[in-house]
Amino acid sequence: MSDVRRFQTAPFSMLVLMMKQQAGKLGLPLMNLLRLNGTPILQQLHLEEKLLRTSSDNWCIINDGTDTPAIVMGVSGKPSELLEVGPVLRDRIPVIRRFTGGGTVIVDSGTVFITLICNKDAVPGMQPYPRSIMSWSGLLYNEVFRGIGDFKLRENDYVFGERKFGGNAQSITKNRWIHHTSFLWDYAVGNMAYLKQPARAPKYRLGRDHTEFICRMKEYLPRSVFIEKTVESIESYFSVNPTNSEAIDASQGAEFVHSTMLLTRQELEEASASQLKTIGVSSV
Amino acid sequence: MVWRAKASKVLDGLKYASSHEWVKHEGSVATIGITDHAQGHLGEVVFVDLPESGASVGKGSSFGAVESVKATSDINSPISGEIVEVNSKLNETPGLVNSSPYEDGWMIKIKPNSPSELESLMGSKEYTKFCEEEDAAH
Repeated sequence: MSDVRRFQTAPFSMLVLMMKQQAGKLGLPLMNLLRLNGTPILQQLHLEEKLLRTSSDNWCIINDGTDTPAIVMGVSGKPSELLEVGPVLRDRIPVIRRFTGGGTVIVDSGTVFITLICNKDAVPGMQPYPRSIMSWSGLLYNEVFRGIGDFKLRENDYVFGERKFGGNAQSITKNRWIHHTSFLWDYAVGNMAYLKQPARAPKYRLGRDHTEFICRMKEYLPRSVFIEKTVESIESYFSVNPTNSEAIDASQGAEFVHSTMLLTRQELEEASASQLKTIGVSSV
Repeated sequence: MVWRAKASKVLDGLKYASSHEWVKHEGSVATIGITDHAQGHLGEVVFVDLPESGASVGKGSSFGAVESVKATSDINSPISGEIVEVNSKLNETPGLVNSSPYEDGWMIKIKPNSPSELESLMGSKEYTKFCEEEDAAH
């Protein structure tokens, strides 16, 4: 069977493997690697949105923990439905609505963020649609966690067995896409109390509360090993070029209007009032 | 698991963009939405973000987004113009984009700036072939 025929009839995962084998001979697309440490999540999201919309390069951003706890909702997130707003207001936890889809996470210094921003043709054979992108990212992380835990991409979540350890989300433009993940290296149980059980949840969650549904990556491998193995896996598909924030600032000229926003206290108070009203109606 | 798209529906009489939006030009108004091919590849739409009436849209530029499978996907206008109506039903029932992409799932109606922009878009046969070739290449 000719190489062309093999490519034409192969399932996607086999196609990716064959492409990787060919990649050394053909040359790999370039990917800039930016490593951050403790960068505030709002600042990270603003950078990601700007790079997605205004850059024509491929990027990997790794932020090893964020400085203070923050809640991050997806583009359609409503605080009254997703958060225990009273405690959020009381404890002054920042709430951000990001530009990508997906659910709500609470992030802090125990969260490791890995973001991939790519041109739509950067990964051969991959269509710029959510399931196709996630199918590829599942293969990428499968290499990272080979022999570690029972890693799977399960109903679009990264899990060890039955427990989720990474929340991911995406945004797709005409010519580019972003896939970003917040990995639960560690978390404070108390922080999970700010999040309600979402109405939309994967079937495998089976109604479990947060502490029964998620797990800590630190029980599976060292933090630095996870990051290095991720970079190695990315190097199968891209020629990785380390860069720094100063180089990005110098190259990014035009002002950019972000859609990622920090919710105001007023917005949260309105959400709290709406939540209390709903509780009041239910108890009548 | 290998996910394969079933054959998608393409209607005659509409014009199509390579980014998988359709436009129906009737008199002074053009209606815009996303195609059956697009909705099938996107998955269940749970949220549609559309601009206000009165806003301008540019040919090939994003005017909104749909959310599906934890992803936001830009919707691009096939032609330029001014928005005269937005489908408010999509606020409560975003799934209309999946169940009725060419009828109840329409997204915006615009007053076209230049109807000649329609000439650069694909007809139904051309778009059908475009989708088949795109799926075959991946």
